[in-house]
Amino acid sequence: MKNFEYVRPATIPEAIAAAAQPGAAYLAAGTNLLDLMKGGVARPERLVDVTHLPELDRIERLPGGALRIGALVRNADLAHDRAFAAAYPAVAEALLSGASAQLRNAATVAGNLLQKTRCGYFYDIASACNRREPGAGCDAREGENRQHAVLGWSEACIATHPSDFCVPLVALDAVVEIEGRAGRREVPVEALHRLPGDAPAHENTLEPGDLIVALRLPAEAARFAAHARYLKVRERTSYAFAVVSAAAAIDIAGNTVRAARLALGGVAAKPWRARQAEALLVGVTPDAATFRAVAEAALAEARPSGDNAFKIELARRLVVRALTLAAAGTPARLPALPASPFASQPGALPHA
Amino acid sequence: MSFSISLAVNGVARNVELDDPRVTLLDLLRERLDLPGTKKGCDRGQCGACTILVDGRRINACLALAVSHDGAAITTIEGLAHGDELHPVQAAFIAHDGFQCGFCTPGQIMSAVGLIGEGQAGDDPERIREGMSGNLCRCAAYAGITEAVLEAQRRLAAPEREKAA
Repeated sequence: MKNFEYVRPATIPEAIAAAAQPGAAYLAAGTNLLDLMKGGVARPERLVDVTHLPELDRIERLPGGALRIGALVRNADLAHDRAFAAAYPAVAEALLSGASAQLRNAATVAGNLLQKTRCGYFYDIASACNRREPGAGCDAREGENRQHAVLGWSEACIATHPSDFCVPLVALDAVVEIEGRAGRREVPVEALHRLPGDAPAHENTLEPGDLIVALRLPAEAARFAAHARYLKVRERTSYAFAVVSAAAAIDIAGNTVRAARLALGGVAAKPWRARQAEALLVGVTPDAATFRAVAEAALAEARPSGDNAFKIELARRLVVRALTLAAAGTPARLPALPASPFASQPGALPHA
Repeated sequence: MSFSISLAVNGVARNVELDDPRVTLLDLLRERLDLPGTKKGCDRGQCGACTILVDGRRINACLALAVSHDGAAITTIEGLAHGDELHPVQAAFIAHDGFQCGFCTPGQIMSAVGLIGEGQAGDDPERIREGMSGNLCRCAAYAGITEAVLEAQRRLAAPEREKAA
């Protein structure tokens, strides 16, 4: 690991000033950053440790009902917060389906949002990667790419965003509060991450020095609490990134859908909100045929970036299953295997 | 540049002078505090061999910078037993053959102590397996590990049940 200057600011303005310098990076838990630094993928000259900043580890209900979650709240603490999990159960399920218990105990809310792609060529510094080194090329295009993107990719980059947490967040219109050199601003999580285009290294809309200080979930998104699921297909039962994932949330009155939200993970360089597909659900009685039509619409623009055409049909089927389980109702207690699309007992319904 | 940090390690106050900010909690414990019970497996947060408790929570010591944990209370495998009396999780691992080669065992045991403390899994084997998925065992002693955690969970939860009754 390349050596670095360690800075521990006492206030947010001090942190922003220290991190606005070229070569600086924020350090929170470090569960992703230290891994990248050990592999030589990230080589910051200065680490600005924000873990000792005050007041960034709180969960508070705002007037009007929105929940404001401090950037340093640990993933596990958020998932197990009763008020949060009751209002936004699909987000809690997504959090608990990610990484391991040890990592969830350490990793922070903002760190999860800003984690890097898990593309193997990004991690392998002997490989060409436009995301790590602009202009170098992309070895994933002709390499092992069955896990790569099927939506929003470019010739320059076919990597995916690995976060589970972000998928229901974009479905529920979550917002991040950012402090920067020009003051405070708010950005929807959906607008935080960028598609690669011809500049994949430009991963998000943050400017030098920008610090995410909080995440906000709108009160309105709690309307889906009774019918919300996050499902994730993995290549092993637990402790694996998503091949494909889906967050589905439905507001049903009688037999009619009043509103619906749908987002996909593991398919693009950002968490993928499927707005046109959602619209097909409004005003209809939910049934299998409708769900299949929604799934077709959600993946209408998908195309393989390599040996991964299977992900498109897999994503369609996962959308159908997520909508089916969401319509059946949020379980009173999260399943033993959060987000698993499979039943734990032979012959049983998959966590319905 | 040097950094002075204070830690409580297995109940003992330790003041540490760090001459390098790159030192992880794992390397600090093993190489500077003479506590090699915490194992270095992958060193990348993938295997769980380095699991310790920091302020009562299980984390991967390989992905934690020591300098950032100034003021933390740390428990390692060396801090579990009371003299010759094993911690209930240690005793249960022996009783249920929860290991073969033993390399992952300190991490497994610390993770199990953390899991039981979290109180989310109860005595549901499926929830225990899921809660322990961050600890890999190349000897595949998983069946024994699950049995050991189940027994330790029941033993440690028993006094609370009696209190409730």
